Amino acid sequence: MARMNMVQALNSAMDVMLARDPAVVLLGEDIGYFGGVFRVTDGLQRKYGAHRVIDTPIAEGGIVGAAIGMGVNGLRPVAEIQFADYIYPGYDQVVSELARLRYRSASAFHAPVTIRTPCGGGIRGGQTHSQSPEAVFAHVSGIKVVMPSNPYDAKGLLIASIEDEDPVVFFEPKRVYNGPFDGDPEKPATGWAEHPLGEVPDGHYTLPIGRAAVARAGNAATIVTYGTMVHVCIAAVEALGADVEVIDVRTLVPLDIDTLAASVSRTGRCLVAHEATRFAGFGAELSASIQEACFWSLEAPIARVAGWDTPYPHAFEWEYFPGKLRVMRALRALLEAA
Amino acid sequence: MNDVSRLHVPAVPARPGERPDFGYVRLCPAGAMPRPPVDVPVQETAVLAEELVRVLDDDGRAVGPWDPGLDAERLREGLRLLLVTRLFDERMQRTQRQGRISFYVRSLGEEAVSVAAAMALDPLDMLFPSYRNQGLHVARGMPLLDMMCQLLSNTRDMCRGRQLPVMYHSAPLRLFSISGNLATQFPQAVGWAMAAAIKGERQIAAAWLGEGSTAEADFHHALLFAKVYRAPVILNVVNNQWAISTFQGFAGGEQRSFAARGPAVGIAGLRVDGNDFLAVYAATAWAAERARRGAGATLIELVTYRAGAHSTSDDPSRYRPRDDYEHWPLGDPVERLMRHLVLRGEWDEPRHAALAGEIEQQLAAAWKEAVRHGSLADGPRLDPALMFDDVFATLPAHLARQREQLAAELAERAVPRAHEPGASPAAAAGAGGP
Repeated sequence: MARMNMVQALNSAMDVMLARDPAVVLLGEDIGYFGGVFRVTDGLQRKYGAHRVIDTPIAEGGIVGAAIGMGVNGLRPVAEIQFADYIYPGYDQVVSELARLRYRSASAFHAPVTIRTPCGGGIRGGQTHSQSPEAVFAHVSGIKVVMPSNPYDAKGLLIASIEDEDPVVFFEPKRVYNGPFDGDPEKPATGWAEHPLGEVPDGHYTLPIGRAAVARAGNAATIVTYGTMVHVCIAAVEALGADVEVIDVRTLVPLDIDTLAASVSRTGRCLVAHEATRFAGFGAELSASIQEACFWSLEAPIARVAGWDTPYPHAFEWEYFPGKLRVMRALRALLEAA
Repeated sequence: MNDVSRLHVPAVPARPGERPDFGYVRLCPAGAMPRPPVDVPVQETAVLAEELVRVLDDDGRAVGPWDPGLDAERLREGLRLLLVTRLFDERMQRTQRQGRISFYVRSLGEEAVSVAAAMALDPLDMLFPSYRNQGLHVARGMPLLDMMCQLLSNTRDMCRGRQLPVMYHSAPLRLFSISGNLATQFPQAVGWAMAAAIKGERQIAAAWLGEGSTAEADFHHALLFAKVYRAPVILNVVNNQWAISTFQGFAGGEQRSFAARGPAVGIAGLRVDGNDFLAVYAATAWAAERARRGAGATLIELVTYRAGAHSTSDDPSRYRPRDDYEHWPLGDPVERLMRHLVLRGEWDEPRHAALAGEIEQQLAAAWKEAVRHGSLADGPRLDPALMFDDVFATLPAHLARQREQLAAELAERAVPRAHEPGASPAAAAGAGGP
């Protein structure tokens, strides 16, 4: 075991897989010699060579397209898209090709590609370095969508994603790369050193794709969330002193509706939270699925907390970000309803 | 020159009712182009990318350094495969007109582009076809029955009813799944080739798309990645002059060569007479050897003409002269190879007629067998529950639930309700709840 932040845990996952499986290759912009703009692939090219940790041109469509071809030819590519905001030039290759190759060929061909990409705001990135586009991938049949919230989950889920025979889009909430951000940018940053989930095994382990986790136990209500918002929601619950359960979805597709429904059926109240814009966001799916499963147990309408339905504005980052106060206000209303 | 910028819109040489005009197709005599060693520096292919590699002259003689020197046996096999492709197309086109299949795409006039290339490549090389490359499948030996069953979306359909007709695939024959989206296979082929190079294997990849699809970003990504990583890949642009109704000038900007984009990016380029079986074979073999030896990728433009409609949903008489093809300066690929074999004393009309008859019989027998496995209209059908398979490697819970819902829906549909015409009281009683 070692103390790792999320960057180190992700690095360790790829290190383990590069050492274990000669079919694993990494490709992406700035990932090789430089080690990635967030340092997630730091040192891996030095260790495994430029043939396996491959710097690419700035062409996301080319990166995903080439990764598909590599996957068809027996490799297990892990492609990095430098920011989730940059993924759209590769979107057609993901949606029309990667997601559907197995289906259209009746399993004659498939490409076990993992696409890693940092997402979310809170780093002063403006509207081109802050987006959370998970819903536009969760909507596509044929790809799995994963978003861990801590170093331990990040490593276990990334190894599971690389080993998975299906394509995975793996979102890395970059605001929690270095610590469990609670939503307050004025407070001094806390690292992963003190957090129990900053304790990460050095070697190989996996966490199952398709399983949510209870991040904090409680009885009065359930918050269903993922990514950076897991920590923001826990901070909001603690600030209110409320007895509220916080569930980390971890895998958007396939969705572990059973864990979500079991909790909401017990607490009778549910708040869905994510950083992405609200309208037709993944929270809409969560809300609808939970309502279908738990309607007769609900004591109040399911509440939603999300980013406003605007692009991510550079100068108003903390007014945009669904921080602790926004969660607390919604939670208070939820707990007081009816 | 104007004193202000005026939007330029490419002019089409001839529209319906006008005289066909192929003056824009730059030709050069057969045998005129040099054949450099396969490891020649990219810049030295620039002339080959601008001019036209041809072997068969107007009389059917094979001339010049690009003559691949194939023996008569091999050429007769090539002719047979061209003819199978053409007659298969004709028959499937009629079948679509009779309503037995939903859609079809002929390769009439451009069969050599696929057949000669497949014959020039190693059977283990990976092919990434477009939707008008059925000659690749025929030449690789995909059974006609399998192709027909795919067209019929029947119980033997390799795609299990998920793909439009003509989107074939075969993993053992190394024919990649055809997408139906355009140009996406280009960077994938480059990635496949990169993987072969990473693994140190000798197989190469080859991909095809139409000249219209060179406008897609994927085309440019493919060229760039092929150059940057020196990928062992052949990138083929089938310039058949038409992208549905859009003339090639809208993709090419009225420059005469698509192949010239190869040397511009830094990979070899060859502009080839696509209706000349020997030239296509020789160019493909040259590019394959170049790739296999680690000298990098080649962009091959195959100059040809889409003699038929884009698809069975298209009517080209609405946008080009009806007699356009009769004026096409590069002729017909089947006739040209046949003339060459006749000139060599290796073929004649009676043998040709006999071969055509034999192929027609094979097609008739295959079709008879294919329809026994059903069609969209009648006969046995695939189980609709199969639509939930292969979305993922294993069936996730939400799809298992949806499959059950579909089963319940189909069970209810199978039993007529009391208020529906023709329903018997007994059937209504068995229908159960709402």
